[in-house]
Amino acid sequence: MSEIPATSVASYAGAAVGDYIQILKPRVMSLVVFTGVVGLVMAPGHLHPVLAVVAVLCIAVGAGASGAINMWYDRDIDAVMRRTAMRPLPAGRMMPGEALGFGVVLAVGSVAVMGLAVNWVAAQLLALTIVFYVFVYTVWLKRRTPQNIVVGGAAGALPPLIGWAAVTGDVGWGAVALFAIVFFWTPPHFWALSLYRAGEYAAAGVPMLPVVAGARETKRQMLIYTLTLWPASLMPWLLGLAGPWYAVCAGALSLSFTGAAIRVWRDDSEKSARQMFAFSLLYLFLIFTLLLVDRIGGGLA
Amino acid sequence: MTAGTVVDGKPANERERRMRGRNRALLALLLALVALFYVVTLVRISGG
Repeated sequence: MSEIPATSVASYAGAAVGDYIQILKPRVMSLVVFTGVVGLVMAPGHLHPVLAVVAVLCIAVGAGASGAINMWYDRDIDAVMRRTAMRPLPAGRMMPGEALGFGVVLAVGSVAVMGLAVNWVAAQLLALTIVFYVFVYTVWLKRRTPQNIVVGGAAGALPPLIGWAAVTGDVGWGAVALFAIVFFWTPPHFWALSLYRAGEYAAAGVPMLPVVAGARETKRQMLIYTLTLWPASLMPWLLGLAGPWYAVCAGALSLSFTGAAIRVWRDDSEKSARQMFAFSLLYLFLIFTLLLVDRIGGGLA
Repeated sequence: MTAGTVVDGKPANERERRMRGRNRALLALLLALVALFYVVTLVRISGG
């Protein structure tokens, strides 16, 4: 990893508060928090509302810490890609050490508070998520293999388990079902993005699947992963966590997602990939919202 | 320090503005943490 001589110490005015917020990747954090909340709500049992808020806060801060450490490590490739070039580190608004220190303090703090205030199973899962995202995905896999986001996607799929464990103190099959949905959703989601950003990834030396194996192979694997989402999205219903209306809606959404993958397969332009990326976000949001509504409403049927 | 003074290549007021912003954010964060730990302690003591 090369150093970015974007900022000299002499001319450095210090990062603004907004820069500290930006390195927490608030958009990624919002998705992580949402899936964590659903895990928390779906879990059998009761958690005091204050402790539930603390658990969600710890998940959010832990995710932000992972993002900050990721930005510290990836500052060289972020500087190359148009999408990430204006982040605080490559833009020279923040010193690398500040980002690393900020991330490590938040990571340790979020795990410690989760353990002391909620329970240590949830804290261990949060620690596992941070360690997995930083060391397995960011440091080990991201620059080495086109399967980076498949294996690394496990880190993004863990928050529902953390939410679940915050309530129950263990990991049940329902939590595994939520994990599976996010895990199998991640590859088609990121590969849709990388299809129309392949040039930037290639320039940065990141071996995303379209760069290494080409668009055709990427589209084939995207289609396969949308098919694996069929059983994964129906698992909550099969396990009795959600009612038949959830199953019908989840089935329809998975059918639409597969339809989007087929459109990407047939279309050589960027348009369908962009549409699929947007739809993938909507898909996950709706699946988890349906679970939430089904649970709070005591079953839609 | 007067307005327009330059320190280490940056206008002093810009450096001060950012420093003030960071200090205020840190103060707010510390106060929020104190309040959070206080409430969590009450909940844990009451068996929540």
